[in-house]
Amino acid sequence: MTDAGNTQPASANIQPPSPPKLIVWLRRNLFNSWLNSALTLLAVGSIYFIGRAVLEWAFFTADWRPVTDNPILYLIGQYPRDQIWRVGASLLLVSFLTGMSWGKWQGVMRTFAMLLGAGLAVLGIIPAGGQMGSLAVRLFFLINVPVIFLGFLLGSRKFVTGRWVLGGWLFSFLVIPFLLRGTGAGTVLPIVETSLWGGLLVTLILAVGGILLSFPLGVLLALGRRSSLPVIKIFCIMFIEGIRGVPLITILFMSSIILALFLPPELRIDRLVRALIGMTIFSAAYTAENVRGGLQAVPAGQIEAAKAVGLNKFQTTLLVVLPQALRAVIPAIVGQFISLFKDTTLAIIVAINELLNIGKSILQSDVEYLQLQFEVYVFIAAVFWVLSYLMSFASRRLETALGIGER
Amino acid sequence: MSDPIIICRDVEKWFDDFPALKGIDMEVNKGEVIVIFGPSGSGKSTFIRTINRIEVHQRGQIIVDGMELTHDVRNIATIRSEIGMVFQLFNLFPHLSVLQNITLAPMWVRKWSKAKAEEVAQQLLERVGIPEQAEKFPGQLSGGQQQRVAIARALAMQPKIMLFDEPTSALDPEMIKEVLDVMIELAQSGMTMIVVTHEMGFARAVADRMFFFDEGLVVESGTPDDIFNNPKEDRTKLFLSQILTHD
Repeated sequence: MTDAGNTQPASANIQPPSPPKLIVWLRRNLFNSWLNSALTLLAVGSIYFIGRAVLEWAFFTADWRPVTDNPILYLIGQYPRDQIWRVGASLLLVSFLTGMSWGKWQGVMRTFAMLLGAGLAVLGIIPAGGQMGSLAVRLFFLINVPVIFLGFLLGSRKFVTGRWVLGGWLFSFLVIPFLLRGTGAGTVLPIVETSLWGGLLVTLILAVGGILLSFPLGVLLALGRRSSLPVIKIFCIMFIEGIRGVPLITILFMSSIILALFLPPELRIDRLVRALIGMTIFSAAYTAENVRGGLQAVPAGQIEAAKAVGLNKFQTTLLVVLPQALRAVIPAIVGQFISLFKDTTLAIIVAINELLNIGKSILQSDVEYLQLQFEVYVFIAAVFWVLSYLMSFASRRLETALGIGER
Repeated sequence: MSDPIIICRDVEKWFDDFPALKGIDMEVNKGEVIVIFGPSGSGKSTFIRTINRIEVHQRGQIIVDGMELTHDVRNIATIRSEIGMVFQLFNLFPHLSVLQNITLAPMWVRKWSKAKAEEVAQQLLERVGIPEQAEKFPGQLSGGQQQRVAIARALAMQPKIMLFDEPTSALDPEMIKEVLDVMIELAQSGMTMIVVTHEMGFARAVADRMFFFDEGLVVESGTPDDIFNNPKEDRTKLFLSQILTHD
């Protein structure tokens, strides 16, 4: 036993082992056998060559004109340029509320507010063609940064309760659709038909709208499936299994085209709303099954204890069962929402101008762009990746935050 | 037998075609401490769970504080809020702090204000000896502390009757005493209690009467003195000899 660590008396000043020096760490972890050394060199070599090829392509070979010539198309599509302030105002409202949430709740909202501010500041500064380059649009982006900060200052005041901030968000979700669509001809907000909306705006409306509507619906379906009332139970099972047995594309077609054939013409529902309904019921069925998994994970003893202290069925579900069930399935539900977010691209088949469709239209708008598909799709993929990653990041933070006392 | 608060007549309970309770008769007077013991599977847990209708009995009558247990939802709600229950596995709500565990039912069922509920909760934590744990979560406490929180949670509804379903069976030996001390104090304060337990020291100290259950029936009942020193039935003698040999 010549190991240096064992010569010290065990009682003397026990400390955690200090982290190894870099060179020791490298030898232990990356070069501890000839096979491992070879794999390390191979991996480093591959990363170098692939990385160099990608960077060379991105910075020298690729022609980003379809993206940079008129980037505002990717953001809002054909939304009338003289009404663009309405999109800007909606964005300002969201920025302000994000700032308030940061002030109120800190944690993950802080990261989000900072990322949102940084992202919008970058959009305001980067060189870009079309209306994106105009001073007005740049100012609209840049002004979000102080607005986020203003929200933060208000949100960190003591008298602003969490209820206010939640109320603010609810208000914004109700008001933004009116702001964007308008109240009628001759008013301050002339109607802008949803067929003109497009790009990231529509992608986010479908995704956020789908998530916010499908979550409560999914929870209700999951509870209904476990109901002791046979009519409710059978309805929920039929709904869930019916929707889960059908591809999303079919549901979008059904809600978009077939539904319109059966409804009288005066009951025409807006096309974007129909797509949103399709996405919502599809996502709700999957959310319901995820939530059901969580409901089954709550031990029977919890329900017995809730009964024993006198809570009724509704209170037991709301206060004891659901909080535990939902916490258990956060990763699964966020995964479901990420896939819903990416599935918004399927709305392309019912002629919704979401981000991917805008990309296609731009490619077809100019002969010079025809060879540049790769650049456009890489750009769109990058946008989806960044937003999906943010969602999964938020989910992990949420799990840690809610994990307190659960061991 | 002057003032019965719980009357059970010929209570039967079946799990599918397995008879768990084959006709139990019991009357419990106000302020009495009853200890129920017996081998596992003898129906003792099932029996006390029928008293606050966590299990539904199929035949016979259960009358608690003058109200018969039927399918009437309002009756069940009233009776449950007058009966506190403590479980073998504590069953604290893991997503709520200790204080929230205790204040939940008083605020939602008794409609107390948050301030009042928290004041009462703090007094109860004082009474069970862990006032400093109010802000912690159940997962951060030892088993004995969790069980004392569970007792405080049941007491917060100011029940007339307390049911204990093997409250110390899941605890390490050094924690059993801290829970039993709380229960003894409660018994001495005049609470009506039905306790399923094999802690014979506890039974000797505070029980007014003891019931020996086997195979869904009451085999023998009597004062602790009768049961320990003068058991009549062979099964009682055998069972007592098995659990007392190591005392």
